[in-house]
Formats: sequence, structure tokens, C-alpha cells
Amino acid sequence: MMERRCTDSAEMPVRSWKNTARILAVWLIAGLCATRSLAQVTYDRLLNSAKEPQNWMTYSGDYSGKRFSGLDQINATNAHTMVAKWVYQTGATGKLETTPLVVDGILYATAQDNRAFALDARTGRPIWMYQHQLPGDIRPCCGRVNRGLAILGDKVFLGTLDAHVIALDAKTGNVLWDVVAADYRTGHSFTVAPLAVKNLIVIGVSGGEYGVRGFIDAYDAATGERKWRFYTVPGPGEPGHDTWEADSWKVGGAPAWNTGTYDAATNQIFWPTGNPAPSNRGEGRAGDNLYSNALLALNADSGKMNWYFQFTRHDEHDWDATQVPIMVDAGGKHLIAQANRNGFFYVIDRTTGKLVSATAYGKTTWSDTKDTDGRPVANQNASPTLEGHTVCPGALGTTNFMAPTYDPQAGLFYVTARDQCDIFSTAPQPYEAGHAYYGSAYFPSEDAEPYRGFLKAIDPATGEIKWKFEHTSPTWSGALSTAGGLVFSGDAEGNFIAFDAKSGKPLWHFQMGGAVYAAPMAFAVDGKEYVAIAAGSAIYTFGLP
Amino acid sequence: MSRQSFSATVVILILGVAAFAADDRNPLAGDPKAAKAGEYEFRINCALCHGLGARGGGRGPDLTRAVKKHTHSDADMFQVISNGIPGTAMPSNGTNGQGVGMTDEEIWQIITYLRSQEVKAPATPLGNAAHGKDLFYGDANCSLCHMVEGKGGRLGPDLSGVGGSRTREALVDSVRNPSRRLAWGLSEATKEFPQEYESVTVVTADGKQIKGVTLNEDSFSVQIMDAGEHIHLLDKATLRSFQKSRQSAMPKYDTDVLSDKELSDVVAYLISVGAK
Repeated sequence: MMERRCTDSAEMPVRSWKNTARILAVWLIAGLCATRSLAQVTYDRLLNSAKEPQNWMTYSGDYSGKRFSGLDQINATNAHTMVAKWVYQTGATGKLETTPLVVDGILYATAQDNRAFALDARTGRPIWMYQHQLPGDIRPCCGRVNRGLAILGDKVFLGTLDAHVIALDAKTGNVLWDVVAADYRTGHSFTVAPLAVKNLIVIGVSGGEYGVRGFIDAYDAATGERKWRFYTVPGPGEPGHDTWEADSWKVGGAPAWNTGTYDAATNQIFWPTGNPAPSNRGEGRAGDNLYSNALLALNADSGKMNWYFQFTRHDEHDWDATQVPIMVDAGGKHLIAQANRNGFFYVIDRTTGKLVSATAYGKTTWSDTKDTDGRPVANQNASPTLEGHTVCPGALGTTNFMAPTYDPQAGLFYVTARDQCDIFSTAPQPYEAGHAYYGSAYFPSEDAEPYRGFLKAIDPATGEIKWKFEHTSPTWSGALSTAGGLVFSGDAEGNFIAFDAKSGKPLWHFQMGGAVYAAPMAFAVDGKEYVAIAAGSAIYTFGLP
Repeated sequence: MSRQSFSATVVILILGVAAFAADDRNPLAGDPKAAKAGEYEFRINCALCHGLGARGGGRGPDLTRAVKKHTHSDADMFQVISNGIPGTAMPSNGTNGQGVGMTDEEIWQIITYLRSQEVKAPATPLGNAAHGKDLFYGDANCSLCHMVEGKGGRLGPDLSGVGGSRTREALVDSVRNPSRRLAWGLSEATKEFPQEYESVTVVTADGKQIKGVTLNEDSFSVQIMDAGEHIHLLDKATLRSFQKSRQSAMPKYDTDVLSDKELSDVVAYLISVGAK
């Protein structure tokens, strides 16, 4: 929002009135203070993001997590004519997992090693660049990755691999505040794109492979002051503490490394959690290990928990439940759906936290039965053994961090899925602060079927798979759906593909020269729609000729 | 990196080298408890490539052999685990994106474990390498499709290094049961899985049939080498048919084609080349 006024006296340098008047006169003459933008992205704009589909202002595009763009200039009729518009090389190596944000013609994104940058969204030309100075001994679990920024007011917010939360000036990349959330030397880090809710910046910690005690934090966007913290592993005296054996809760994991969603109607944040630690060895942490592998409903103002739903109890396969949960309203019901890493697609009543349905959407061998609530229960053969034991899905899961999408027009939930089984073998390890704490090892089974990767379209009402597209090999790409009747996703071979949302037919593709580990988004500038995706070491945008 | 932290790194590197040089013998040698701890560390850090039990996996060599290609002493092993082997898939400790890596003690535990697993090489070689070479380039017809040290065919993988990176049992199995596990071909920098030597048969729009192996493939295109070593670059959308098979293009060598003794000689040849 642009506000027309010339000066903000509180921010004026302290000088004499005479000087101030003189400077003001010079500015006026030069016409430099004609406009000044204040509080560019308000909470109100985030709440009503559907009204401005040209912008993409949160990790998943809106608070519901749908990753659905209301733009339809590129559609099923003309998608086959799409061309590359611009490419931005980050200069970084390793996996690029970022989802860019776009607000009013400027694209904000991150890259490996906590780079952040702002680009002219029409041309890809950089406006500013920032790189956080990381210590040499950070403890990333799975690459020096970052999945993106949050934006609120005139700031963008970055979580870092050394567990800082940083506010950058959206116009310059200047650091406005920088707070330390936890000690990186004990395995804490941030890879998640934070979520801005009201005046708060909500962020969840990584470090389930290092035996951290997981948490979700909320910081005052203006000052960086921490307003609340929810520990995902309850301490002594708290409900759920008795689901941990002895002192195992202290190193219990349950990180919160993917971005949640927000329901303004009930003022609840829905945030998913990851594996208990050690990730693949249950011995020593007998019990359900709450609130690992769960979906948490937290009061946005206080961080107090309203309800939880645990997908995998006492997990021994590293099946983090950190997949983006998507709010879906159907049949008068307020639901939330998640395609879980453990191979089941769950639909939950988001008012009560009660399970509505759970349906396998990939190859699973760990569960043959359900409990009275309809929740899949692990069979006796699922636990890892010293000699090794084959379980499906494997440790990487049926899906993982790759963002899914829900298209309200087609009524379908699209998710990248993989069929892969692994041999799970225990490898007892003592906890040592700051060192990997897996308690296990897993391997591809030599005699197993080749791994297969898909994009699947699931009907949330029935769990039925309406269509699937088999990739040449499994991919880590997320998916985007648009009002143009399209679904976009990438593959491990470097293709970016537009699918017909209803049939799954590929309509267009472009070879980007590097595997995709990110999820696409869409935006428009000057009335022209663009679709963007990170691949290899670059951000690509596409549009109509 | 600032000048100051660069200097600090140099100092640490020098100190590190000095400490390592001073400690070139395994302080845990022969300790069964250390070997057990090392077995678990090995599973977590090494087994993905070197296999459970260190007997060689999809991409890492068998480490139970007493004679190893890149290491001789415990100090060599420490150095290789710490720093990796340039030009190979062996990474340096702590650079696989999985945190800070192993402590010195954990590395010594792994070395203790590996020493406990070593199988001494037999006093007499298992086969006659010279005869194996004759077979490779002659009656066994291996060289029609495989190259060793720059000589041979192109349809199958180059076997110059395979003797150093696979167990004897794996080599025997890949000759007797070539389809059980297809060889890996091209690896791309950002891609999770390498291309496999899959067999492929296509019929082009004008009705021409092409049979060969896939050099690479994605959802929209395929690159094939046929038995005549011609490369075909094809768009899948234009093909009349496209069929892949996990039946290897390599014929299955039964004992009536290649006796156990002959196979043993061929394997001895490959191991002798792989050890170079």
C-alpha cells in the first residue's frame, strides 16, 4: 500500500529544524519524496490473498495451503505454446528447494547456504542480494537447503541453518533484526519458510536427526521478540509427557520443518511435526512419543494446543508427518487433508481433530489394520531388525517435503508420490550432542523392484486416485494447480511439465538441465501470467509467447 | 570468508594435519567393543554404498578384502574416510549434507570394525588372469560389448575399474545372471538415481525397429545405442512403440558357455586390472 506523505518525522535524522527544512526543500525540488510505501504487505492482504492472484505472498500461496493460483491466462488450451521468460542463476550448489514470493512485481526467494534475494519479476534482474554468514560447523540434516521466505509489512523473514530468525528490509535486504532461536551446535537449524500470521512470524525447527527437542516459535514481526514457543515434546507434568520412556523426551526430536497453514475463522495454526529421535530405533523411547509425526492445532495468539492428531505412533522409519496440510471445505465440513510420508492420505475434521478417512495412496506394507478411529496401525513385522527387514514405503516415504496442491475447481488433491521399499536395520548409537542420532540405517533392497515415481490426483472425498502420471524416476518436485485447469510439476530429469488437471495428460514441458527439488508458483506482472520453479541452481519462469 | 576466519581455518588445518600425523596408528586396534561400535557407525555412514557387512554395494567396493585399492595402513584408511577420494564417489567425512560427520574416535572404530572383517586373499590366485584376458578378448566375446583399458566394445559398461569396486561374487553373479541387477550408467550431478543399462525396443513412425540399450531417458526423449554402436536420439511422442525391458542386453553365460574355471580366470583378469 502506498501512502502519500513526504516525511515521517520519527525517522528523520536529528538535525536542527533549519537543516530539516533545507533538506526537505531539496527533496521536494528533486521530487524524491513524492511517494513512500509503508507496510506494504498487511495481514489483511495475506488473509484476502485470493483477491490479488497476481501476487504470491506465502509459501503455499494462501493460508489454506492449497498452492492454487487463481490466474487463468495460461490454460489448458494455450499451455502448449509456453516459452521460457527468464532464468536467474543463484550461483549456489546443492538442492534448491525455494518457493519464491511475488508482491507487486518483485520476486523474493532464497537459495542454499541462506542466500536471499529480490528480483525484478518481469526480467529476473536482481534488486538486492543477501547471504547470512554461517559458521563452518552447522548441522544440516539433509543438505544446506532453505524453502523460502515469509513477507509481512515491508520486511521479509528468513530462518537460517544456524537457527537464527532474521528480518530483512524488503527493499534493500538490510538486516532489521536477527535473533537466535536455539543453539546450532546441538543440531538445531531452520530450513522452513516461515508463516506470517497477524503480527507474528511462525517458524518450526529442524534437527530430528540430532535429537533436538522440537518446537514451533512465534516472533513479533516488528521487533523479533519471541511471543510464544510450543515444544512438540511435552516436558514433565505436561499432558503427553508419559508417552516417552525415562529421559528420552529430552532428545525426542519431533521437529517442525515444513510450513503449516492458518484458519482465521477459528484462529488456529495447523502445523505438522516430524520424526521422534532416534529416527529409526524405538528401543529406549517406549510409548507413542507425542507429539511426533502429528498435526497440531495451535491457538495463533498464545501457541496453546487445541488438538493434535498423530499419524504414525512410535515411529521407527523416519516417517516425518511434515507434509503441508491443506484445508479443504467440502459438504459443509471444514476439513484438513494430508498425503502423509507413511503412504496414507488422511482427511481430518479441522474443528475437532477427528479422523474422517485414511486411504493408502502408494505401496505400503507396514499396516494391514486400522484402530477403532480408522487410523492405520503398524503390524508386528514393521519394526527394523539388526539383520535388516524390508518395509514399504522406505525411509524417504511415499511423499516427503515436496508441496502438494489442491485444485478447488477440479476437486482434486495432487501429490508427488514414490514407490520404494527399504531394508531397515537397527544400529544402536549413544546420544552425543550435535552428532547425528539415527539409531539405524536403511538401504535400498538389492532385489527390490525399481523405484517408481508418480504425480497422483486424489479425490479427497473417497481417497480414490483419479489419475496418475508415472515419471521416468522418482522426483522431489512439488506441484501447483491453477484456475487455468492446469497442474505444474517437475521431474528428476530436469523437465518442468504442465498437466491437464482433469486428465493428467502432459500438455507442455521444458528441459531445465537440473533436477527439481522445489515446488512451483504463479504470479502476474503487467497483466502477464508467469509460472516459476527452481531447478538445478536456478529459478526459471515461463509464460505465453 | 573473511581474512580472519580464513587464517583460522588454515591454522586448524595445519593443527589437524599435525594431530593426524602424530596419530597414524589406530588407538583402538583390536578392541572388540570398538569394532562393535564401528559396525553400527559403518551401517549409518558407509553401508549405503559399501553394503551391510562391508561386502560391497551398488556403488562402493568390497572393503573386506585385505588388499584394498586406495589404502594400505590404518593411517591411509583414516585419511580416505576423512578426506574422501577425489574423482570417485567417495566423499570426505561431513560433506554429504548430513551434518558435521564422524568424530576421530568414530572413524577409528570403523577402521577397527573393517579390520575385523577382512578376508585374507588366498595364497594362490583364484584364477589365471592371463588366460582370463585371452578369453575376454577371444572366445568369451566379452570385448564385443565391453571395454577394458581402452580396448573393446561400447554397448556395455567399461569394465576397467570393476574389479576394484565389486566383490568377486558380484562379478560372477553379473555374468551368470546379468538381468538380476542392471549395471549403472550415466550419473547426473543433481539427479538422485543413475541411468541403468535397460534394454529397449522402439518402432519409429516410419516403421523401423531399433533395439539397443538406453544411454539416457526422460519422460519425453530417449537416447539409445544399438548393437552396431549407433546412437539414436528419439522423441517418445513420435514413436509408434516404445518398450523397455529389465532383461539385460547381455546374454546369460551358463556353465556350458563359460565354465566355472573359465569364469574364474576372466574375473581374475578383471580384478588384476581393477587393482591398478
